[in-house]
Amino acid sequence: MSAESVPTAPIGASPVESDPRSDEDLVRAVLGGATEAFEELVRRHQPRLFATARRYARRESEVEDIVQEVFLKAFERLPGFRFEAPFDHWLMRVAVRTCYDFLRAHQRTRESAFTDLSDEEEEWLNRFRADPDQADEKADAARALVQRLMETLPPQFRLVIQLLEIEERSIKEIHQLTGWSMPLIKVRAFRARAAMRRALARLKPGKYL
Amino acid sequence: MNSESLRQKLIASARTHSPSDSVPYAFEQRIMAGLRRPGPVVDAWNLWGAALWRAVAPCLGITLLVAASSLALGTPPDEAAEPFESMLLADLTTQIVEMP
Repeated sequence: MSAESVPTAPIGASPVESDPRSDEDLVRAVLGGATEAFEELVRRHQPRLFATARRYARRESEVEDIVQEVFLKAFERLPGFRFEAPFDHWLMRVAVRTCYDFLRAHQRTRESAFTDLSDEEEEWLNRFRADPDQADEKADAARALVQRLMETLPPQFRLVIQLLEIEERSIKEIHQLTGWSMPLIKVRAFRARAAMRRALARLKPGKYL
Repeated sequence: MNSESLRQKLIASARTHSPSDSVPYAFEQRIMAGLRRPGPVVDAWNLWGAALWRAVAPCLGITLLVAASSLALGTPPDEAAEPFESMLLADLTTQIVEMP
């Protein structure tokens, strides 16, 4: 998703000893006043949160800000964790809602930019037009196109397509993650698909489609 | 061929490209440093000043409304002014007369 390089652990760095306690035990420790137990929770869940944030933000600095905000919110709201669902489900709910807030705060109209295609993207679309099966789904041009297409969508449409069609989550899961009612999710998914089709139809009509 | 088949193809492409889950070095330490940092100090004078500034617009509005309504309705005649004046002047006149 992002072309920026991410500095990761240096080669040869000693791995940190993992804490044998469960997530829920660590949460109880944090709530009991042992704030340092939260570091282990961060260490365990940060890879998944970085992958999630990279689905919504392009720049690495934005991704880091999102993940940081998720953990700070989680820490603040930890007294509200009721131990009914696994901690990672609860954390993912915080993450998805933070990503949605990020999309709403950075809402930009990029519809005009979507029609300006690179040579590789034009070539991929030509291949698709000649024979849809010959257009490789794994090609970078296809990835760039879908990324740009998603950026043209309003935040609520982008989130529902991401969760429902790309991550292939169920309506019930999306309801739990977003707090949206199930009928609302279905309506938004319907409208989001229509918005995507409209955006694709604007791609030099008659040339590709 | 239509836009729906292209859409489906692009969604399939998005499914094949999972974003990286790499984490910046020592990111967890950054989070913990953020948690240990004390919150901003609350300055009572700043809060008071901000509250006063927020009150400026409503006060100005009320002043203008009262001024407009008094202009529209017309001011009642000041019946108390004349007796007060004569009383004041009467007192002064008495003092002048009594002066040697």
